[in-house]
Amino acid sequence: MMRTRLHAAAFLAVAVAMLIAGGCKKQASASQALPASNEVAGWEKTGETRTFTSATLSDYIDGGAEQYLKAGFKGVSTSDYKFQGKIEATADVYTMSDTNAAQTIFDSDPAGNAKTVALGDAARAFSQSVVFRRGPYLVRIVAFQDSPDTQQALTQLAQAIEKKLSK
Amino acid sequence: MSDRQGTNRRDFLKSCVAGTVALGAGEVLAFASSVQPAKSKVVIAKDAMLRRSGTIDPNRMLALLDRAMQTSFGSHNALEPWKKMVRPGQVVGLKVNTIAGRGLSTNVTLVAAITERLQQAGIKPYDIVIWDRTGHELERAGFPLSSAAGKVRCIGTDAVGYEATPEKFGTASSCLSKILTRTCDVVINVPLLKDHEEAGMTASMKNMYGVIHNPGECHANGCNPAVADVNMLPTIRKKVRFTICDATSACYQGGPGYKPEYVWRPDSLIVGSDPVALDYTAWQIIDRKRLEKGLKALAAAGRTPKYIATAADVHHRLGANDPNQISIVEV
Repeated sequence: MMRTRLHAAAFLAVAVAMLIAGGCKKQASASQALPASNEVAGWEKTGETRTFTSATLSDYIDGGAEQYLKAGFKGVSTSDYKFQGKIEATADVYTMSDTNAAQTIFDSDPAGNAKTVALGDAARAFSQSVVFRRGPYLVRIVAFQDSPDTQQALTQLAQAIEKKLSK
Repeated sequence: MSDRQGTNRRDFLKSCVAGTVALGAGEVLAFASSVQPAKSKVVIAKDAMLRRSGTIDPNRMLALLDRAMQTSFGSHNALEPWKKMVRPGQVVGLKVNTIAGRGLSTNVTLVAAITERLQQAGIKPYDIVIWDRTGHELERAGFPLSSAAGKVRCIGTDAVGYEATPEKFGTASSCLSKILTRTCDVVINVPLLKDHEEAGMTASMKNMYGVIHNPGECHANGCNPAVADVNMLPTIRKKVRFTICDATSACYQGGPGYKPEYVWRPDSLIVGSDPVALDYTAWQIIDRKRLEKGLKALAAAGRTPKYIATAADVHHRLGANDPNQISIVEV
């Protein structure tokens, strides 16, 4: 009886450790997926990467947080960028619990007049934003200025993030 | 504090009037009488030429603000509405909304126009306080922080904190920003028009979530009755006098965060003293845009902003949500 309990406890400890390790790995890779300055041509990272957990998500997207938490949220890393000194943007990398959770969030907004782009499992590009999902990750990049270059520049940044997420 | 919980907005204004007569301050009496007509007046002022090369023209913004305020107060000149609302010596807070960053926050040019008129109405620059939850959010939205003497202040609650003791009404039990409780005598609510995933939509009343320490706990059941309850908190009822809702840019889907694909530019201001009537009117504007874009109206999408009806019910009486009791004036 005692041995069974010890085995069960050991199994539980290993399982918890694996879960923690897996979670940390995903959280770390989400943060690392945000490119440094000039890693993507023309893009400068203008701020520190900030991360938010389930407990602090409402500090970042108060009012929008519940939707992510309900779907299955693990963390988000976000950073500000500037393209060629003129287009400001924010990139968010959400780590969801699984692919379905990422899809739930992705599908919650209508595609409207989005352009389809080849990014991740599904993607949409608008004139001032690019959204894609890949596995448990949901990436949203929004620009604060519209110009003829904006969409292409955002797509290049998104491609760089996707490449890092797939490593 | 708790003795106010049974009173409504009309009672509060009556008490203001009584106090005013006792003090002999005629302007506040005029304000009280002008903001409680038979119907709640909501003014929508629009300027199709507000922007020049995509950027808001400050002169046209000032003119738009004047048109909105003068229509709301039935005034013949630009300063009269402000003189009815505030008095020299009072500290006037402008509660902006900056959580979504620069793309979807209260417009800086609008706030500059409001501070200009307040100063012309006799409010000293230092007695004007632009504020929101955090300094970081204010700066990201384009409001440089300032506490310098002789200048308009711009501060986040994170710099001064929240009261230790919560105020309570119904489901709401929240510690309020010290900027509201200790710094400001009067607050003008300066939110913006947004779709909201949980609440349905947000304009006037929901902006008070930026005043409390625990907004994250107030989003259950479509923020209902929490929005109405928060707006019943005594200090909020006492100090928040008027709403100037920024509808120069607004979003009809995907809020409250900034998703530029769902942002449009009504180039309008929506103003009024009845936050419920204003929110009801704002809801109709969001719904019209959603239908125009081929989306379901909020109710059909399962996101009715139920808190608006709650705010008008017999337990709250914060204003009117019956269209027959609302006078919408478009100028």
